[in-house]
Amino acid sequence: MTDQTQPHHPDGNPSGPDADKHEADKHDTDKHHTDKHAADKHDAGRPHTDKPHADRHHAPKPADEETAAVVSLDTAGGAMGPSAVPATAQSGKIPGGPETLVRRIFTGSGTVSVLAVLLALILGGLLIALTDKQVGATASYLLARPTDFLSAVWNAATRSYVALFQGSVFNPRGGGIGGQFAPLMETLTIATPLITAGLGVALAFRAGLFNIGAQGQIIIAGILAAWTGFALHLPVGLHLLLVLVAGIIGGAFWGGLVGYLKARTGAHEVILTIMFNYIALYLLRYLLNTPAFRRPGESNPISPILDPSAVYPQIFGSQYRLHLGFLLAIAITVFVWWLLNRSTVGFEFRAVGANPKAAQTAGINVSRSTILVMAIAGALAGLSGVAQVAGTEKVLTDGVAATYGFDAITVALLGRSTPWGTFAAGLLFGAFRAGAVQMQIQTGTPIDIVLVVQSLIVLFIAAPPLVRAVFGLNPRRKKPVTAGKSKTAATTGGAA
Amino acid sequence: MSTTATSPQPGKPQAGTPPRAEERQQATSEKPVTWKVPVLLSALGIVAFIFFGLMGPNQTARFGLSSSGDFFQLPALEVPGFLGGIVLSVIMLGLAGYAVYLKTKDQAAPRWLPIAFIVLFVAAFLIWVVGGARTPSISLAGLIAGSVTLAVPLVFGSLSGVLCERVGVVNIAIEGQLLGGAFTAAMVASMTRNPFIGLLAAAVAGAVVSMVLALFSIKYLVNQIIVGVVLNVLVSGVTGFLFSTVMQADKATFNSPGRLPIIDIPVLSGIPVLGPILFKQSLVGYLMYIAVIVVWIGLFKTKWGLRVRAVGEHPQAADTMGIRVNATRFWNVTLGGAIAGIGGSFFTLVAIDSFTKEISGGRGFIALAALIFGRWNPIGAFFAALLFGFADNLQSIVTIIGTPVPSQFMAMLPYLVTVLAVAGLVGRSRPPAASGIPYVKG
Repeated sequence: MTDQTQPHHPDGNPSGPDADKHEADKHDTDKHHTDKHAADKHDAGRPHTDKPHADRHHAPKPADEETAAVVSLDTAGGAMGPSAVPATAQSGKIPGGPETLVRRIFTGSGTVSVLAVLLALILGGLLIALTDKQVGATASYLLARPTDFLSAVWNAATRSYVALFQGSVFNPRGGGIGGQFAPLMETLTIATPLITAGLGVALAFRAGLFNIGAQGQIIIAGILAAWTGFALHLPVGLHLLLVLVAGIIGGAFWGGLVGYLKARTGAHEVILTIMFNYIALYLLRYLLNTPAFRRPGESNPISPILDPSAVYPQIFGSQYRLHLGFLLAIAITVFVWWLLNRSTVGFEFRAVGANPKAAQTAGINVSRSTILVMAIAGALAGLSGVAQVAGTEKVLTDGVAATYGFDAITVALLGRSTPWGTFAAGLLFGAFRAGAVQMQIQTGTPIDIVLVVQSLIVLFIAAPPLVRAVFGLNPRRKKPVTAGKSKTAATTGGAA
Repeated sequence: MSTTATSPQPGKPQAGTPPRAEERQQATSEKPVTWKVPVLLSALGIVAFIFFGLMGPNQTARFGLSSSGDFFQLPALEVPGFLGGIVLSVIMLGLAGYAVYLKTKDQAAPRWLPIAFIVLFVAAFLIWVVGGARTPSISLAGLIAGSVTLAVPLVFGSLSGVLCERVGVVNIAIEGQLLGGAFTAAMVASMTRNPFIGLLAAAVAGAVVSMVLALFSIKYLVNQIIVGVVLNVLVSGVTGFLFSTVMQADKATFNSPGRLPIIDIPVLSGIPVLGPILFKQSLVGYLMYIAVIVVWIGLFKTKWGLRVRAVGEHPQAADTMGIRVNATRFWNVTLGGAIAGIGGSFFTLVAIDSFTKEISGGRGFIALAALIFGRWNPIGAFFAALLFGFADNLQSIVTIIGTPVPSQFMAMLPYLVTVLAVAGLVGRSRPPAASGIPYVKG
């Protein structure tokens, strides 16, 4: 993994051969920089140093350790700071000199996002068409009447997508206004846990941590929240509050534990979070088989229903599942935006994410930041657990987290790890999830197509040069990144 | 696994590339020996003494060593539960005490110590579990053979990870490669009615998944962990979609691959315990042993391996020496994917003869853990994968013989062990220095 060799040492005191190594590194890099300035090259890169530098691909004058802090200062102003995802998550820099305004609009990240979604939908549609019977039938006389084939492809794809839309936003056949917008309510319900868990993942991304563990954090939060909800019997208001606190504590504990282990032992958080996901899942399965959690008289592993005083009130009455958790998710988005862009702690997170060494040098306690950011990320995911047990499901089963924890990763990536971007991505994926159920019922297209489209979207958004190339928007028609360069390396490398 | 103190320093060459003498000296003389290993071992020793010793079972645990087909029979091993637990845990406490003693003299515990400790711990645990069961008897031979079988996809997966990470590309997409291999193997073997062609197709599918990883991480410089995570979702979506639409519609044509035959080498396969493991495997099983050895020799004994490791450790230097960094990376990652794809075919051509959704069930992530546990070394990864296979198999066996330990905790065990290993025993094991960092020629 990338950053086992964090600059923060377990004992906080780089000594012995370690220090030598760092010294050597520093010396080395200094040399590179001198070379670089001399040759006036853009970015020599330092692939051998400990940490990929977050600013490598977008900061114009990248990065000795000191300037990184300045770079993060730059981003303090806006939610759209340059480092959505740490390090090299940012795809290659856009080459080319001065650009016209028009070109900038068409090659800007907003446009790329839209085009990425479009491209993913097109590819998903092709996959649907590929397995469609009508398409197969017309393909047999493709050369004789190609229009039949093309219209069959078009029909297969659009039929599914129309069903997807009707299942997620607006269904003209629904009874009355209420019925017509029922799908939208369902979308918002499903989006709620996606948004909060996505914010958790995004926050960790900003601090340079890959939190794959939202799944486990949701589960632990769900366990605690559900138990508080059905085992304790408290007055209205207080009960829900306690459920909320229990969930937040559960998630924060599970996330914070990873942060602690990472900070203290240097273990990689990707491995830790993956393992903690499984541990949480088996813990849940065990608990659901104990008398404390199993519903009396029930042979399936399912908990008692939560008390009415412990669940979120439904916003638009009992015919929709949409609950107060959604409004909370909006508030939480505001909070995360404030935390990241307006608070000292958030600044520290971003500084650590941009360049932990520089952050350390600037006096930021990197270990503390790591633990804290993982705890907050866990707490955010914990809110998703609460939304599930106290909002949508009202019971605890071993499917409490569904796949929200994993979807949250794609949500955060799609949202470029900004709070409002994550919010929007959560809504989009919520719509996909809600609509996919209807789509499967109406057209028989399996729900899995949503996974395909979701992952393609993230993949394309992460690689703007590819999207621009597909739509012919590449500035100056030049191969964007390193293609072809290694050839010259092979021919000149020996001599150099 | 070794102790923190004897482990190579961050930033130093590590297992496989033996550290130079002066570095080794530095490691022992300058780096302070931590309390981590002594404390961890002592804690585990006390746990073992209380649970496996004092609270040990009264029954005698019986471990069968031979199966009826063996050409000579070994007597079954019988260990009295209580006494066995006490004796083993006392030895463990002794080892822990020795580590503490060394620490007080500022010396690191030797490399064999934690390994011996773990072996004893597992043995004591086995006696405890089996001795406390309703029927206190298991076939050790069967347990080990089953562990190897379950470890096959893990070994292939972690070899893929080794190849990718050694060349500087983090491969989180092992899960996707396994799943893609499993699906393609089932599909192609069904359509061609030939499981061997299915095996080949699985390798191709794994390679294709890997090529996407390589393309996005090398050409488009997308963060490798992100590509990996997303690829897993993508493969899961595509295989799930095609399973629901194509395979479900016509199982006979698309989802009945048939199994690879078990190749039984006469006489040798009759050796107790070892025979079934080494000489009674499917083609995939034999390929596993070959792959481990070939990858190890390739990486550490050949020119190719030296180049690969150079690219993974210091791409700039490698580039300067005329190695094509990104091309090397691309083809290594592709090769890794092909290997993982073969591992995926195990699910549909050996274990079960049909594909279902998510048949790989997260084993790609376990393979990833095995790779780290095994310190980016093919042999280490192989044994780590065996350990996970062992835990996996033990869980299903103890559920059958009826032990007091809830099966969920047994299932949790490998993950807990991984956390302990990653956070404790392995310590700051160091991945290849350039792993995860794209190379842009300056």
